[in-house]
Amino acid sequence: MRKIKRIATYTFLSVASIVSIFPFLWMLVSMTNKSVDVTQGRLLPGTYLLENLQALFDTVDMGTALLNSTIIAVITTFLTLLIGSLAGYGFEIYRTPGKDRIFNLLLLSMMIPFAAIMIPLYRLFGGLPFFGIDTLAAAILPTIITAFFIFFFRQNTKMFAKELVEAGRIDGLSELGIFFRIYLPTMKTSYAAAAIIAFMNSWNNYLWPLVILQSPEKQTIPLLISNLGAGYSPDYGLIMSAIVIATLPTAIVFFVMQKHFVAGMMGSVKG
Amino acid sequence: MSKVMKETGLPYTASKKTLGRRLKNNYIGWLFILIAAAGISLFYFYPMLRALLLSFQSGMGANLEYVGLDNYVRLFSDPTFIAALTNTFIYLLIQVPVMIVLALFFSVLLNDATLKFKGFFRTAIFLPCVTSLVAYAVIFKYLFGVDGLINKFLMNLSLISEPLDWLSDPLLAKFTIIAAITWRWTGYNMIFYLSALQNVDRSMYEAAKIDGASSLQQFFYITVPMLKPIILFTSIISTIGTLQLFDEVMNITNGGPGNATLSISMYIYNLSFEYSPDFGYAATVSYVIVILVVLLSLLQFKVAGDDK
Repeated sequence: MRKIKRIATYTFLSVASIVSIFPFLWMLVSMTNKSVDVTQGRLLPGTYLLENLQALFDTVDMGTALLNSTIIAVITTFLTLLIGSLAGYGFEIYRTPGKDRIFNLLLLSMMIPFAAIMIPLYRLFGGLPFFGIDTLAAAILPTIITAFFIFFFRQNTKMFAKELVEAGRIDGLSELGIFFRIYLPTMKTSYAAAAIIAFMNSWNNYLWPLVILQSPEKQTIPLLISNLGAGYSPDYGLIMSAIVIATLPTAIVFFVMQKHFVAGMMGSVKG
Repeated sequence: MSKVMKETGLPYTASKKTLGRRLKNNYIGWLFILIAAAGISLFYFYPMLRALLLSFQSGMGANLEYVGLDNYVRLFSDPTFIAALTNTFIYLLIQVPVMIVLALFFSVLLNDATLKFKGFFRTAIFLPCVTSLVAYAVIFKYLFGVDGLINKFLMNLSLISEPLDWLSDPLLAKFTIIAAITWRWTGYNMIFYLSALQNVDRSMYEAAKIDGASSLQQFFYITVPMLKPIILFTSIISTIGTLQLFDEVMNITNGGPGNATLSISMYIYNLSFEYSPDFGYAATVSYVIVILVVLLSLLQFKVAGDDK
């Protein structure tokens, strides 16, 4: 009985693992094969990798999409962390009157479904001069301030030794100086976890860029993949190469910093 | 005296100097919060308000006028909206429970101290979380295509005699969407349960075993009650996520066949950017999601919190 249970457990977990991993193997293998071979169900690595990559960068503008996605994700990550940590620190360190009421109010924004604010946001940016529709700035701006990161940094600041703030004051540092010179360096791990979530969210964001970015030169990687996928006669080798490139940054972060990654994911929210 | 200071947060004798310092710190505290609070007001609360106003207006593009409750009345006779609402509820009622049960099951199996290759299984099942929603959606679209690998696999096993048209059959298309979401998010939920299980005292299971409880009984009488808060948490975020479902539907089936897989979010997108734009009505539909998010979250709290 025990043995049967053991075998069942291993079988079940193995099947689940295969199902989970298979799409990854398939995209890696298909990236090296001709489109025809992919259609015929070839599951062995081929020799067509360079041709697929060549086609990806020549026939569709993968270079531009990569550049746009990188610019958006890097700026978004930087600003998200800066604004979120300033606020989280501010909420935890200072005894601002009424701060908890404001904090709870801000947290409420996490319940707001994006679809509900998408149209007013689109109309808001439609009237702006430099951050208007079809600019990378418009793609970045509404995504950099989220209650989640304020919450995240406030929680993490609870572990920060508050005596250091006093020590900084005695040393004559300004309040901002304390934040940048003392808080920031001691909280590196929190920043790392936050950076992973912020970067991933931005790198994979689809709906808002789809709404706000319209011209092909502004396309991000998810938009490019979505367009390729919607085509009637898809070039599977090429599309799989694009998907692998899109997945690569998050996969690398996952394997290199698994602990931070999982911690970060547990802090972020599905959707 | 220092104890008094700590408890009240006020100096025992507030001299002018410390009072000034306190006011200054309050003021600086505000500065730290300012950008975030202003940003959230501008990019969340203000649009929410605008959407509410919009939901009482109708017209094409920028030519909007107030129509009172017309949009809300229109919801009830709009077959596309009803289809989107029905589909979203089908996803909710099937996908969320299936995923949570699967995730719980995996986490219980993986929590066994004597299990070998634990790290491998855990990493493998979690791996789908690294994909972007669009990327995995496109992969699933191809896997479930008429000449896709799923059909080839099923035919090799002789489970089906001819390829199934997964994406063009209303029922199969829904199944594909549900299978895709489950693939992507089960591992994500699993890690929450795994970390919660680590806090469950193993001696409880030992005691249960001595009392002759079966694994199933242990699962229902120890594991589930102990994990109740985290199950509540994951089911709320999964519900909110499913109510906002967009990327997968857009990229796997584009809402089709007919409107058989259309989600509410996708209908809002179509109303605003695909059909001739009717921002007012789209805002009305979007408020349905807001109301559902609030109602379903409250409901889940109520169901789970009855003994607390």
